[in-house]
Order: sequence, then C-alpha cells, then structure tokens
Amino acid sequence: MKRRAGFFQRLSSTQIVYLVALATLILGVLLVNSIGRSFFSPGNISSILTGTSVLGFIAIGQTLVILAGSLDLSVPYVTSLASLIAAGVMANNPDNVLSAVLLTLGTAAVIGLVIGLIVARLNVHGFIATLGVGLIISGYLATNFKGSFGETPLAFRLIGATGLGPVPISTIIMLACAGLAMLLLHRTRVGHHLYAVGGDIAVARTSGIRVDVPVITAHVICSVLAGMAGLLLASRLGVGSPTVGSQGGYDLLSIAAVVLGGTLLSGGKGTITGTLGGVLIFAMLDNIMSVMQVNPFLKDVVRGVVIVVAVAVYARRRIVSRPERFGTKGSAETPAAQPVPAEGS
Amino acid sequence: MSTALNSGHSAILKQNRASRSERLLRALRTPGGAIFILLIVLLAAIIALNPSFGEPGSFIRFIGRTAPIAIAAIGQYFVIVGGEFDLSMGSVVTMQVIIAGNLIRQDDAKVIPVLVLMLVLGAAIGLVNGLITTLLQVPSFIVTLGMMLALLGLVLYWTGGAAQGNPADSFRQIGRGGIQNVPVLDIIPYPVLILTAVAITAFVLMRRPFGRMLIAVGDNPAAAALAGSRVWWVRTRAFIMSSLSATLAGILLVGYAGVHPSVGRGYEFTAITAVVLGGVALGGGRGWVLSAAAGAFALESLFTLLNFMGVQATWRDTVQGAIIIVAVAAASRSWQRKRKGATASAHDEQHQLAATPTPAEGAEQSEQGGERV
Amino acid sequence: MRNNSVRAIALAAALPLVALTACTTEPSVTQTTGAGTGSPGTNGAASSPASKDWFDQALYDTQFKQRSATFEGNPEQPYLQYIAGPMTDTSKYAAKGPKKVCFANASISNPWRQTGWITMNQQLKALQSSGVISGMETRDAKDNDNTQIADIDYFIAEGKCDAFVISPNSTAALTQAVERACQTGKPVVVFDRGVDTKCATTFIHPIGGFAWGIDTATFLSDKLQSGDKVVALRILPGVDVLEHRWAAAKKIFAEKGIQAKDYFTGADPAEIKKIISDELAAGDVKGVWMDAGDGAVAALEAFEDAGKPLPVMTGEDEMSFLTKWKQTGITAMAPVYSNFQWRTPLLALEKIFKGEQIPTEWVLPQKPILADELDSWLQRNQGMPSGHYAKFGGEDLPGYPQVWQQRQMP
Repeated sequence: MKRRAGFFQRLSSTQIVYLVALATLILGVLLVNSIGRSFFSPGNISSILTGTSVLGFIAIGQTLVILAGSLDLSVPYVTSLASLIAAGVMANNPDNVLSAVLLTLGTAAVIGLVIGLIVARLNVHGFIATLGVGLIISGYLATNFKGSFGETPLAFRLIGATGLGPVPISTIIMLACAGLAMLLLHRTRVGHHLYAVGGDIAVARTSGIRVDVPVITAHVICSVLAGMAGLLLASRLGVGSPTVGSQGGYDLLSIAAVVLGGTLLSGGKGTITGTLGGVLIFAMLDNIMSVMQVNPFLKDVVRGVVIVVAVAVYARRRIVSRPERFGTKGSAETPAAQPVPAEGS
Repeated sequence: MSTALNSGHSAILKQNRASRSERLLRALRTPGGAIFILLIVLLAAIIALNPSFGEPGSFIRFIGRTAPIAIAAIGQYFVIVGGEFDLSMGSVVTMQVIIAGNLIRQDDAKVIPVLVLMLVLGAAIGLVNGLITTLLQVPSFIVTLGMMLALLGLVLYWTGGAAQGNPADSFRQIGRGGIQNVPVLDIIPYPVLILTAVAITAFVLMRRPFGRMLIAVGDNPAAAALAGSRVWWVRTRAFIMSSLSATLAGILLVGYAGVHPSVGRGYEFTAITAVVLGGVALGGGRGWVLSAAAGAFALESLFTLLNFMGVQATWRDTVQGAIIIVAVAAASRSWQRKRKGATASAHDEQHQLAATPTPAEGAEQSEQGGERV
Repeated sequence: MRNNSVRAIALAAALPLVALTACTTEPSVTQTTGAGTGSPGTNGAASSPASKDWFDQALYDTQFKQRSATFEGNPEQPYLQYIAGPMTDTSKYAAKGPKKVCFANASISNPWRQTGWITMNQQLKALQSSGVISGMETRDAKDNDNTQIADIDYFIAEGKCDAFVISPNSTAALTQAVERACQTGKPVVVFDRGVDTKCATTFIHPIGGFAWGIDTATFLSDKLQSGDKVVALRILPGVDVLEHRWAAAKKIFAEKGIQAKDYFTGADPAEIKKIISDELAAGDVKGVWMDAGDGAVAALEAFEDAGKPLPVMTGEDEMSFLTKWKQTGITAMAPVYSNFQWRTPLLALEKIFKGEQIPTEWVLPQKPILADELDSWLQRNQGMPSGHYAKFGGEDLPGYPQVWQQRQMP
C-alpha cells in the first residue's frame, strides 16, 4: 500500500492518463490480433485518429471552459449550426471557402460571447446557460433546416478525406489547435487567470483579477472550436446537417473525455495534454469494440464503466498525494481547487 | 469579514421579527418563492386560453400527470442541494419501466414481489452512485454519467431493445387509476396522492437534522465535516433518495404511459432544469424542496401553454431555452440582492461546482440555509 | 515573453498550412489513404442539396402510382418481389465459394431496426449453412453520419470484404462514402434510405414515405368529415423517411379540409399521452395520425382516460398497436414500412454471386394492413413482444419463432 502510494505520488495526473492510454493500447493490440487483424495497420490507425479529430476539437474547448469553472452543453448544436453555415455559404464553390470559414467561426464566436456574458455577467450557472442556449439553437435548426443543406466543394472535402500517411489532416489541425490552446494557458495572462478563476473565484477576485475576462474568453474559444468541429464535419460529410452535432453526443462525451484526461470538473486544475489522452482513450476503445463487433448496447456499458473506473484511479491519486487537512475521519471532500497553473503539460 | 458576518446576523434577526405577511412577501421575492408566482402566471395564461383547463376535474388530472416529473425533481433536489448531480435518473426510470413490463407480464401475483425488487434495485443504484462519489472521490457528474450509459445499455441488451409489453392492469392502476366519484373533482388520481405523500415527507425531512446537515454539506463540506457531519453518509443518502424517487416516477409512468424504452429519456435534464427553475442553486447549499416541485409544475405548464398557444412544434425548444435562462438569471439577481452587504457575491458566480469558501462564510451560509428551509 | 508567445502562435498556425502543402505535393499519399473523393466523377453525381421543403411532387406521383403497381415474383416471398424496371447485369461478380460480407449499419436504436436486424442475422445463418456467405462483419454507427463514413472507409482499407451492404444513416452525407465503396469494384447493396448516387449495384427499399402518407391520410379523410380535427404525432424532425410521410399526409389533409395539428413526441408514450390529453381538453379530436406506430397505445389510452370516444387512427404494423386495435375495435389501419426488407440485401448478394440479373432499384411491396386482415396477422405473430413488427417476413428462417420472441441479437 505504502509503495503504491509512493508510485502514484511521483506521477502527474497527465502521466497517469497516458499510462491508461498505453494499457488500452496493449489491450487493443492483444484483442485485435486475436481475431487476425492488425492494430497498427494504416487503415486502423487512420480510423482511430479520425475518431479523435471531431471529439478532440470539442474537448479542447471544453477543457478551457471546465478549467474556468464552467461547463458547455451547447457544443453539439453549435457544431451542427457551423456545418450548415459552412456548407450553405460554400454552395460547392471553391471561391467561397474562405468567407464561409470566417463566417462560420465568427458566428460561433458570437454564440460563445453570448454564453460567456450570460455566465459571467448574469451569473447563470454554465450548466443552465449552455443548456438554454443549446435549446434555443436546436429550435432554430429544427425550424429552418429540413435535413442536410448546402454543399462543400471538392477542395474543402479533401481536408476531411486526406492524410499524411495514416495520419488524417484533420487530426493535425486538431493538434495545432491544441498547441495554441496550450500556449494560451501557459504563456498568456488570460491563461494564468483562467486557472486562478477556476481554482477559487473569490481568491482570484481579491487578488485583483477581472474574473469576467477569462470566463468569457474560455466560452468564446470553446464555441469557436465547436465551430471548427462543424467545419470538419461539413468537410467529411460534404453537406451541412442540422443533427450532425447531436448525433455524436459530443456534449457529455467531451466532458467525459476532459475528466478522463485528469482535469478537475470543479475547475482550476488540468491540462490540454491530458484531455488529448482522454480523447485518445475513447477513440481506441471505440475502435477496439467496433473491430471486435461488440453489441452496440454493450458498447455503452463498457464506456460507462471505463469512465468511472479511470476517473476513480486519478481520484485515488489525489487522495494519497495531498497532505491531510481535516484529520482522517471520512471527510468526503478534498478541497479541490488550488489556483495553481497545472503541472507539466 | 467579521463586519460582513455581523450584518448578516442582523439581517436575519430583522427578518425573523417581521410580521407574517411581510415575511411571506419577502419569501416570494426569493427565487424559491418567485417560482410560485411564475407558476400561477403560467396557469392563469393556460386557463385564459382554454377555460376548460381550469375545471377541477381536468386540473387534478394535470397534477396527476405532472406527478412523476415532480417526484423526480424532488429526488434530484436532494442531490443538488447536497452539491452533486444525478444524471442517471433517466436511465433508472427506463430500467424500472422495462423491468415492470418484462417481469410482471400479466401475472397479478408477481406485482408485489417485482415492486419490492424495483425498490431494492433503485436503492442499490443510489447507494453505488453515492459510495463511488463520496468514498472513491469521483465527481458525481461522471459517476452518474457512467451509470446512465451502463444502465441503459444493459437494459437494452437484456431486452433486445423493446419490452415484452405492458404489465398487468393491477400494477398499471398505480399510475393510471384513482379514487372515483369524488364530489367536485370527479377523480383523485393515485399519482396526486403519492406526490402529496412524497412532498410532505421531503418537506419534513428537510426540517429534520438530516435536511439541515445536507444543506450544510452542500454549502461547505469541509465546514460540515468539522462540525461533525458524516459527509459521505449524508450525501450517499441523498443519492439513494434520488434513485428511489426515479423508481417511483418509473412506477407511475408504467401506469400513465405504458412500457416503452423511450419512457424516461431525458428525465435527468428535465428534473435538473425543474430544480434550477425552482431557485435551487447548482453547487448546493441553497433552495427549498417544495420550490423544486413547483419548478417541475412550472416546466410542465410551460409545455402545455406552448401547446395551447399553437406554437410551431419546432420552435418549442427555443422558447424553453430562453425562458430557462431568463428565469435563472432573474433568480440569480434576486439572490444577490438578498445577500447584498452580507458577503461578496462570490457564491453567485458561475462556478458553484467548486465552492470552497472560507469557513466563516460557510458558517453564516448554513445558518441562513437552515432558516430558509 | 509576449514576443515569444506571438512567435510560437504564428509557428503553430503555420503548421497546418505546411502539412497541406506537404500532402498536395505527394499525390501518392492521397491515393492510398482513401481520398477517393479526388476523382472528378464525383462532383457531378452529388445532386441537389436538400430543399427547404420535403414535398417533392415527382416523387409523390411516382409513389402514388407504385402503390397500385404489380410486383414481379412470388407473393409468398414479398421480400423478393419487385416492380419491373431496369435491371443490373451482375455476371462480372459471379464466383464460387462462400463470400465475406461487410455491413455498415446506421444503428439499431429503434424497435423497427432491431426487429429487422434480428431477421437479417437469421437470414445470414441460412445463407452461411447453404455456403453462400462465409461471414458478415458489421459496424454499427449509432445514428452518426461521421462514424458511418469512417466505418465504410475502414471496411475498404481493412475489411477484406467481398461485398458491401450499407444502410445509410442519411442520404447526402453518406453519398461519397458509398461512392468510395463502389470504386473498390466489389458489389455494393444499399437499403432502406438511399444515397445521391447510382453507383450501387442495387438499391433496395419499400415504395416509400410518400406512399405511407398517401395511404394513411386518404384513409383518415375518407372516414372523417371536412373540418374534423386530426392530431399528427411525429417522432422527430429532419429524417427523410419520416418527413416524406408527413409531407404527403399534410398535403392530402389540406386538400380534404381536415384540420391537422402536428407534434414531435420522440416516440415517448408519456409525451404522446400528454399531447392528446391537452388536445382533448381543448376540443374534440376525431382522428390520430402517426408517422410511426411507436406509442400508439398511449394515444388511445389518453382517449380512454379522458372518457372521450375513440378516434379513427393510423398506426403501424407494430404488435402493440395491432393488439390494442383488436381489443378496442376502433376504425383503424396499419401502414407498413416493410420490415422484411432487412432480408433482401443478403438474398440480393446470393443472386449477385450467382451472376443473376437484379433490379437496379429494387422496390419492395409496401401494403398496409386493413381491418379484414387484422386477425390473420395477429394469428401469425402470436407470442411476439410489443416492439415486434408483424410484416417481418422471417417465418421460414431458422430460429423462428423463439429468436424473435426473445429478441436475440448478436
């Protein structure tokens, strides 16, 4: 017991995430090989990485929002709307690509700004604000769009269908966005404030931080990244679709991926790298289960169990690695938040 | 901080010395009170559009059909006021509905044993949710999300996606029948009686030590632990009550709607929305249990009103979303107004999920919370 | 530090651009990684992006006629019947020995798809024991277009498939993925929802949504008076097979002066019962129209509980509705979206591997159940669960009836 605590203590939560990912990988190799398939074949790797792209974009944004102490449940609808704007404006004309992309991301940013203002200025909990905004967009989509709409030109479709070797372009763009988000978090003042506000808003305010700014920034970026996911989907589908976001269940799945990546749901602590690990774990898990032809209903059972078990492992580490504060007797709550920028990413 | 504490105390003192009517008026200005005003406005609007809705017979039926979601909201209230979430509620409802359909079939003798089994299962799920949340320290959002996925998946796997059919009528009577030939009302549906019993129980429970402890725990777990509460057990009991209320909602829905795998879908979000509409703060520590039930009624009235107004089906989500945001924003403002001068408005900020205020602040908080219930 | 971060951001932003140039200069890479969209032929094939309105007069007229068309083949085997039309010559696919089939399924998320999936698996067993098919690898997209596109690409790259069966999740979005499957030169069978390309070897479907709408709305209009109110219960917006049903019905109701009010229910019986109760509180409801029979029982119970006369109703051939119809003796009909179509793709592959001619567009019969046939359909499906579909067409398959009664699926 002692030794295990020591082992855990030396690992950062991000390292544990990647240990879990490695374990998933080994399991995948064993299972996939057992039915005479190769886990590392280009087709399979490309399939896994494709699975990471859309969820990756959204989960990066969700990480920022969660770090700031909020939540975003509106992402599926923003993603759908983005795919419709993109495909609608492009209308199969390559000349429109740039204006469509700008308009799509601009719209997403405005939605994020509105959410951010509702959360920060009107003091509505992120859960409710984004649930409400999601419902508003969902009604708009259902009323104004009958099935798929618009068409993306061939040049734009290639982004979703092309790869460098087995690595899809979309995954590379997603990783670039992750890099930008990391820079924002670790190299800018807003990034540091984001951690501070998510850690303890009262302390952050006392120390002179304008707490609205990081919260609004996080929501704007999250919506823009949901818009990026919409662009990618428009590229892969060739059309915009009013349901493509909700089809993926990206709201809850992205939150699960973020927490699976070691970020505290209560905010203030976590890394983008960890989130990418969480997304990768999900993508590998889905891939393995698909290759093994697991019954679709049982897939959800496995997902549900893995989320809880993995997070329980990180949580264990948090218990053992923190000096005890309030004595031993069953204190059920570790005061979670500490306004400290995350451990190494 | 000490001056803040003092002014908080004097505010409470003043409040307690005020006359009954003044206190009622003030209560109505809180979010938990405002929901009743919203509810009355919505009901008045429905009756204005369709006077037959106001007849006692149809009104009592409206209460009856809202009972399942109101009961679910009461269950969700316990979890939320304790500072947690229960997202598994919808899956528990679906599971119970399908268990009733597949295990009872047309056999009246099995009604009681299966009913007992359902309650035991409900309690067990709550216990598991609670223990993983409190002892393994996994955030309840994640625990119950995992439970939601796993339960629904298992049930669909077990049944091949569709239930065998409706259970015996004697079981369905619980949710569909009522006391017949009542003067004026014509019928008192059993769900109305069950809802009344649940509401009274919940109300009493929140005035007993458990309720006060739950609010203290939701407001500031560290302080509550210092004050000698067994935080893990208080919260676990809240989860058990949430799952049991979902089970009860499921039993009523089997009667009301029949057995189908889509019964209960989305119940968790409806229940959370209802609770929040009732002025209960996400993150815990504040709110009245009966306001949560009123929130459920307001939500159902809203849907009914939209139906009667003939709003195009596709626009309803939008109207619902806008009303939720406006209601909660208004509630949040009035909490702030009420607490003005007491403490910094830190608590009312967006991230009650993380609430770890200083002990002094917490003590004052829980005191106020206890008084409010 | 500011400067540093700006430089780093610029670098990161440039990265994807570099990546893009890297790949355009290396066409071989695009070739091998499933960028089949690159072929110029695809551009023309991707047809009209969906219009603002689901109603399509040409399609409506076609399906109107097909309702009374004669079907080729044995009426005892409706899953093999078709309307005479252009045929595809499949002699190039003729081959000996068992073949491997890859099936990209949209989902099994509703009772109709589950019933069909059970039937398909039993058909598979029959064809495995007769040595036509060695095995079927299935990927389930869980109602997600993006996942299904990836599923098809995976099959193309890794599946070692001898044939593809695809049940598209949506029409336009899956078009290019189906085209990529076609480019492998293997037979491709598309069923249920279509795609905007004619490259598939055959496209199997019952007559369609407009026919459903015409049958049901005409029935209700005949039984009701002009000015009567009908409540239309719809599952969800945006799904073409469902939207077509409503588009046709709406048109006919308007022509016949029937007052129709539509609601989305999510197939949740609690929701359905509330909607009907509210409508009954507001005034008389003479008819109920449904775009799928899920939850029909709850609609009728709402009338019973309110003590109102039962409506004229159209449901579906789902057992729960047929049973309730029989119990209450209402005036009703059960439109059918032929569930037996789930057998046809594998049987079509059997013909393809023999090199026989098959219909290019394989239109299966879609005949509603009327009052006079109700008893016989109930008789034939005794002991089936409430989510079972009467015209599942698998009575001659191995495992009948236990497999369907217990809804066993892999």
